[in-house]
Amino acid sequence: MTQHSVILEGVSKSFTLHLRDGLRIGVVDNVSFAVSPGECVVLGGPSGAGKSSILKMIYGNYRCEAGRILVRDGAEFVDVATAEPRRVLALRASVMGYVSQFLRVIPRVSTLDIVAGAAQSDGVGECEAWSRAERLLTLLNVPERLWSLPPATFSGGEQQRVNIARGLAAERPVLLLDEPTASLDAANRAVVVRLIEEKKAAGAAVIGIFHDEDVRDRVADRIVDVTRFATEKAA
Amino acid sequence: MTPADLPLLSARALTKHYGPRLGCADVTFDLYEGEVLAVVGESGSGKSTLLSLLATELDPTAGSVGYRMRDGVTRNLFTLSEAERRFLLRTDWGFVRQDARDGLRMGVSAGGNVGERLMAVGARHYGKIRDTASDWLGRVEIDPSRIDDMPKSFSGGMRQRLQIARNLVTHPRLVFMDEPTSGLDVSVQARLLDLIRGLVSELGLAVIIVTHDLAVARLLSHRIMVMRQGRVIETGLTDQVLDDPREAYTQLLVSSVLAA
Repeated sequence: MTQHSVILEGVSKSFTLHLRDGLRIGVVDNVSFAVSPGECVVLGGPSGAGKSSILKMIYGNYRCEAGRILVRDGAEFVDVATAEPRRVLALRASVMGYVSQFLRVIPRVSTLDIVAGAAQSDGVGECEAWSRAERLLTLLNVPERLWSLPPATFSGGEQQRVNIARGLAAERPVLLLDEPTASLDAANRAVVVRLIEEKKAAGAAVIGIFHDEDVRDRVADRIVDVTRFATEKAA
Repeated sequence: MTPADLPLLSARALTKHYGPRLGCADVTFDLYEGEVLAVVGESGSGKSTLLSLLATELDPTAGSVGYRMRDGVTRNLFTLSEAERRFLLRTDWGFVRQDARDGLRMGVSAGGNVGERLMAVGARHYGKIRDTASDWLGRVEIDPSRIDDMPKSFSGGMRQRLQIARNLVTHPRLVFMDEPTSGLDVSVQARLLDLIRGLVSELGLAVIIVTHDLAVARLLSHRIMVMRQGRVIETGLTDQVLDDPREAYTQLLVSSVLAA
């Protein structure tokens, strides 16, 4: 257990909707699995099974009601379920990377600055950050004429590729990927597969959701079927 | 422990009654250097009272606020002398007001508004003060050729940016912001928010920002405190509170926002 990067133990999640008379919606119950460095675990199961919720709990974006979510930071484990907000922010700044399905665009920041800025959070110099950003944007076929523009006006696919470049620009020992290939064509999916393989080879623990079977089969070392954590639905 | 492990500001059971009426009650939190805390809630929720208490513009009915001074000693703000408090407000703190007319001296030129704060911390060389003021006008995207113009001739967005320059020129460690973007056109708001976001991260400022606008809180803050009827009802990481709100009132606030 000590060599794991991420360990979930008895993790549960439900939502209580106060605006719907306190309706309680169970999401997952007693989620337990662990991920080692260099390993890619893919969360499987139909839409609505709670795959994204599990990723969001690991990242601290959703609260966790029960259980422990241990993330390794150097020699120590941090329990995201109970850690102080500033501890979770520190994990996000140096340990956990997260690629969501959508890019949250900030007005006026150029594409290259978005990606290079993410790389710089590693503490690398400006030169290294720019060269990483340029390499990723080139690999992901984002046309160079767009690099100086904010991505607000880009197509969905272009925004998604900028989002992936940003999410992978920094070296993170733990990577959480929520359908990063959802709106990509075959060529770009293949690029993302290659980048994930690079991250694994560099020792990252990857937890991902991929609906595309072809991508899943290529990157997954193991599939965790989320339906086995299903809650008993509210009566 | 290194200084970074100690809070910059610690509020403990901070309470204010206006006669029989409650301003805010039992507010307790820590703020660390470089942290941006958003206080959200509707009007009358007590968020502005809280900001006035923290900035020592109001005396609390009960509770304390500890502040780690530049010499590393943490002092209770309400036991400082009037002169010590004024010195903090002029040097180590900034306060960006909702209405720029409350935060600027409208009868003094743009350069004078910025230079005045510098003189308060002991700058005396006119040429250097003017150079620094000109540099800061540029940093907040005001054409330095406007240095001798009065803020009266500035647009709302420019006045807000001038207010920010005036507050940041002394390199404060803590900045209070009271609804800094409300009352501005949406496009002007976006530019101001982006400017604030850049400066806050570049200068490593600690900020307490009061806003009713959840989008502002999401863009600028690390942590959020939701207030209702004078009390803090929910607190946590900004994206966690906004994406997975727990309290009924917070769920109502979040669901009331129109998605653009």
